[in-house]
Amino acid sequence: MNGVRSAFGLAVVFGATFALAQQGSMDKRRSGYQDMGAALQKMQDDDSANPGMLFVQLGGQLWNKPVGVANKSCADCHGAVASMQGVAARYPAIPKGRDRPIDLEGRINLCRTENQQSEPLAPESRDLLSLEAYVAYQSRGQPIAPPDDSRLASFRDRGAEIFRLRQGQLNLSCAICHDDNAGQKLAGVTVPEAHPTGYPIYRLEWQALGSLKRRLRNCVVGIRAEAYPYDSPDYVALELFLMDRARGMPLEAPGVRP
Amino acid sequence: MSNVLINAPKAAKPGEVIEIKALILHPMETGFRAGTNGQIIPRNIIERFVATWNGTEIFTMAFSPAIAANPFVSFFTVARESGAIGFRWTGDGDFKVEEQVVIAVG
Repeated sequence: MNGVRSAFGLAVVFGATFALAQQGSMDKRRSGYQDMGAALQKMQDDDSANPGMLFVQLGGQLWNKPVGVANKSCADCHGAVASMQGVAARYPAIPKGRDRPIDLEGRINLCRTENQQSEPLAPESRDLLSLEAYVAYQSRGQPIAPPDDSRLASFRDRGAEIFRLRQGQLNLSCAICHDDNAGQKLAGVTVPEAHPTGYPIYRLEWQALGSLKRRLRNCVVGIRAEAYPYDSPDYVALELFLMDRARGMPLEAPGVRP
Repeated sequence: MSNVLINAPKAAKPGEVIEIKALILHPMETGFRAGTNGQIIPRNIIERFVATWNGTEIFTMAFSPAIAANPFVSFFTVARESGAIGFRWTGDGDFKVEEQVVIAVG
């Protein structure tokens, strides 16, 4: 009986690794990680050289710090941060009792305002990014797995629409660069395929940690369009679409990018 | 809030050459940039980094405004005796951060 069970277990393990390997060789999608130089890849892989890890450490301190009227820390409800495994790979999602999707930052701020009864953290603030990095780090290496929620479809479609929408003075859409011309050069830099695998990322150009939203704003300004306000649902729609587009790719957070 | 990441071996053989890496959270503001109000943002950099082994200086480095934020320092040293490796960053605005790791040599 025991033998049968372990043989079955082995078959399952073998099947899983085989499926992964197969996906790895068949998958033509490239993370930004694969397009950067060896030195930067090494910087991301080495936890003592990856500056994003400074923020993960900071996030760990914030995780245990009680705040707000409720005087509760994240740990008071969620316990050890290991409970956050897979969360970053799943978001954006629709939280209980809501009708629209929010991203991970939105989720952190929802916890802050509702459960901790405190002020929401400002967009791109160090505390928000650190907490996000700390949570996202728990999902490192896990495949991106957007939830099967039929309510998300309309928002995802909206994201796909924005992705293909020509905008700004340069009259470019996201798809023109990141679908049609990915892998080509733009001013000496390889145009990536725009898979949100490493967020929040430590971008050397920023000399700081930044969210996917910041990256999207960067691109929108780059095509000389007007960046949407930080609370615009269009960002979440785009994030939803991008996460779906990168489904199955491993999360690298906190990533390092040039 | 200061934040440091140190990577040094916990144990080494006598005479072994070991690599020590230290990363610190710091804006390294150059003093040459203007803020959104047009005013120059005052310089705020780390000026000096010192590493000691049981109190004896083994590595020191002077920083300049051209060094990027969150500086990463890596250096090699020879392990001679068990004890504590101390790290000290000092800079503008009375910035001072000290950190220590323990290493066993033998």
